[in-house]
Amino acid sequence: MYSKEVLKHFKKPHNYGKIENPDGLGIVGNMACGDEMFVYLKIKDNVIKNIKFETFGCVAAIATSSVVTDLVKGKTIKEALKITKQNVIDALGVLPPIKIHCSVLAIDALNEAIYNYYLKNEISVPEEIEEKHNQIIKRESCHS
Amino acid sequence: MKQKIYFDYAATTPIDPRVVKAMEPFFNKKFGNASSLHCFGNDTKKVLEKNRKIIADAINAKEDEIIFTSSATESNNIALKGVAFANKGKHILISSVEHDCVLNSAKWLKGRGYDVEFLPVDQYGMVDPKEVEKKIRKDTILVSVMHVNNEVGTIEPIKEIGSICRKNNVYFHTDAAQSFGKLQIDVVSMNIDLLTVSSQKIYGPKGAAALFIRDGVKIEPLLHGGGQEMNMRSSTENIPAIVGFGKATELCLKEMKEENKRLSKLRDRIIKTLLKEVKDCYLNGHPKERVSNNVNVRFSFIEGESILFMLDSFGIAISTASACSSPKLEPSHVLSAMGLKHEEAHGSIRISLGRMTKDKDVDYLLSVLPNVVEKLRLISPHKK
Repeated sequence: MYSKEVLKHFKKPHNYGKIENPDGLGIVGNMACGDEMFVYLKIKDNVIKNIKFETFGCVAAIATSSVVTDLVKGKTIKEALKITKQNVIDALGVLPPIKIHCSVLAIDALNEAIYNYYLKNEISVPEEIEEKHNQIIKRESCHS
Repeated sequence: MKQKIYFDYAATTPIDPRVVKAMEPFFNKKFGNASSLHCFGNDTKKVLEKNRKIIADAINAKEDEIIFTSSATESNNIALKGVAFANKGKHILISSVEHDCVLNSAKWLKGRGYDVEFLPVDQYGMVDPKEVEKKIRKDTILVSVMHVNNEVGTIEPIKEIGSICRKNNVYFHTDAAQSFGKLQIDVVSMNIDLLTVSSQKIYGPKGAAALFIRDGVKIEPLLHGGGQEMNMRSSTENIPAIVGFGKATELCLKEMKEENKRLSKLRDRIIKTLLKEVKDCYLNGHPKERVSNNVNVRFSFIEGESILFMLDSFGIAISTASACSSPKLEPSHVLSAMGLKHEEAHGSIRISLGRMTKDKDVDYLLSVLPNVVEKLRLISPHKK
């Protein structure tokens, strides 16, 4: 059911683990829903110097987390925010339709980590990120 | 070549080579339609009745109380809908841990005006017979409680439930797909009116199953046609599959005692080792009233589908009823009915053993599984 690329990332995920004292931390999902992601950021001069993730969830949740960290590591915040779910899916070859929400979740976790970075550093949050943040925290059902 | 080890016998079993051999002549030598009058038909008719007797004897039923069907799903559909259509009364009681084919047949009836009520289970997935007694009403037409649960392996108290149903003059159906060939079944002493058995769970071919219908039970057929199977299930009989089913049944009964002893030893070794060696690991289902080949455990902080695929990469095949593995992304109704929280249900896996499971297969499983759990916990935000 999963592509080779998905299984590759799942079996040997890139950038998993914690960053102590991160500049930004994003948490989305919850255990009851079946997937929860933590994204840790180290940021210098608006560039994502380091990124790590911790994920509770299925194969797709772990693989998409891994791919998102690959896609944005070394990029500027602005570039990182441009990543779409289609970029994530393309990087993995294909995702089963029922697992598409995992790719959304991984991108949301990144958005939340960047949002958290702005808050922590008392930088005014760009409207776009604020809006997305509000959407993410409002989400009630598990896999919408 | 990478080794591939099967631990999913509760899903389906390979056909025993002795069964394959018994089936062989019936594909192209003895292929007659059992309803034909010539010698080709006569030969297969005899074989059909011989195998009907094997199934009947296995559960202490009479031959004319057995009808062959294509699957346990079909047998369960006939039992529920057939009884509902033929009897006055709208109330149907089923356990909340039934297989989807019973559950969804009952729900379908509910959508057509029947009053379907669910029997709760305890933390081990067991129905309390007293609940059956309490919930039976004047207009109850059928109680359906499975013999062994397919996910957690808990053995239900069907004898007690059967006697309560008989006393109250209510039909009792049990889905014995997971117990047939593993546990003794006596439809007379257990007061069973309808019972489902299946071939593909007992090293027989897919495409054969049976429904026991006690003499005198009022029931309507779902398939109408040539009137085969005593008018209860029209269709040309699938003789090769039925022959395989019969042979598989004979072998299971003959080897049942020894095989149960062997498998429960392996089962207990897996459970004991995992609970001891893996932190935050718990058994799902009953510790004692449990079918010999079922292990169902849960691991905190990680998710079942991930465990499945990680084990698959080591050539080990197990199953999970985690939400992420289901098309509806909902956790198992069985584990939920047992009172498990969603996050507990998500981390559950089923390991089911069978005839080809060897000691060394269990050694391998136990050498790999704790490491897989450890690895996934390293990725999880909730490791301790």
